[in-house]
Amino acid sequence: MLSNKEYVAIMQLHKSADERKLRKVVSEFVGRIYQKPPVRSSVKRVLRIKEVYSIEILEIEYPYVLMWISCQHGTYVRKLIHDIGDVLGVGAHMRELRRVKTGPFKEDKTLVTLHQLSEALYVYRELKDDSLLRKIILPIEYAVSHLPKVAVLDGAVEALTHGADLAVPGVSMIHEGIRKGDTVAIFTLKGELVAIGQALMHSEQVIEASRGIAIKVKRVIMPRGVYPKRWRSGQRK
Amino acid sequence: MEITKKGIEFLQKLDMFGDVKRRWIVRKEAETSSKHGKLPFERNINELLDYGVINLDKPPGPTSHEVVAWIKKLLNIRKAGHGGTLVPVHLPR
Repeated sequence: MLSNKEYVAIMQLHKSADERKLRKVVSEFVGRIYQKPPVRSSVKRVLRIKEVYSIEILEIEYPYVLMWISCQHGTYVRKLIHDIGDVLGVGAHMRELRRVKTGPFKEDKTLVTLHQLSEALYVYRELKDDSLLRKIILPIEYAVSHLPKVAVLDGAVEALTHGADLAVPGVSMIHEGIRKGDTVAIFTLKGELVAIGQALMHSEQVIEASRGIAIKVKRVIMPRGVYPKRWRSGQRK
Repeated sequence: MEITKKGIEFLQKLDMFGDVKRRWIVRKEAETSSKHGKLPFERNINELLDYGVINLDKPPGPTSHEVVAWIKKLLNIRKAGHGGTLVPVHLPR
C-alpha cells in the first residue's frame, strides 16, 4: 500500500547522550533523508530518498526514547533509529515498533483483534447474528478513503469495468485540487468503488474540458455486469 | 432522488474517515438509478466478504503473511491480502 505511515517506536541508546543533542539530532532526520535498506529487506539495496514528515519524542527514560514517527511508505524505521544512533555517536537500536497508521487506517474504533474477529464469526455462524461481523468487515471503499475521488455517471461505469479510461463527459463530480499524475479513486454516485486510476488532467481542466481522458484506469475493482452497458459497439448493423 | 443523496453522503463520510478535506466540484448534476448497483453500507455479509477490508490489530510475532493465511481459513475465503500491518485484509473477488 503506497501510503503514508505512522509508527510509535522505542529507541534504545547504547550509551547515555545529552538530551539537547539528542533532540537536535532527531530533528535532523525530519525531511528528505537518504536511506539504504537493511540487509534483510524486501527491496533492492540501493540508496533511496525517503521523506520523514515528523518525529515527536514522547518520552525519554534512559536508555529508552519513545518516539512517534510519521513517514513516507517504504521508510525503514529500524534503519532510521540505527542511523540516529550513529549520528549521535553513541549507537542505538530499535527495541519495539508499532504501526499506528497506514493510509486511512489508524487505531480507532474500527481496529479489531483476531479474537474479536473470531468471536464475531462464531456469533454469525452459530447464532445466525451478523451484527458484530458487519461492524468488523468494512466496505472495500474505506481502503481508498484517503485518496482524492471522482464520481461518475451511471452510464460510464460498465465501460470502466471493462478497462476503459474515464473520459471527461462521464464525470459527475470531482474533488478539487487533483494534479496530473495523482492517484484517484473512481466511484459511482452511490459511493461504490469502481476503479483506481491516475489523473491525466487537473480537477479544473476536467470541469472545463468537453472531451478527453480525465483518468487513466490502473486497477478495476467492481465486477462487470453490475451496471448496464451504454457504449456504442464498433460494428454497425 | 433519495439514493443519490445517500450515495453522496457516503462519499463525504469516506472523506471524513480518510481525513480528506477537499471540496467536491460538480461537473454534471446527475441521479443514479436504483435499478443497478447498491449503496455500499447495504451490502450483505457475503458481499462484504467479497469486497471488504478489516482494520486488524496484528499481534506481534506472526508475520503478516501468516496472519493473512489464518484469516483466509477463519473466513473460509480463497483470496485475501494485506496492505501493511494495520490493514491486513483486503479481499478482492
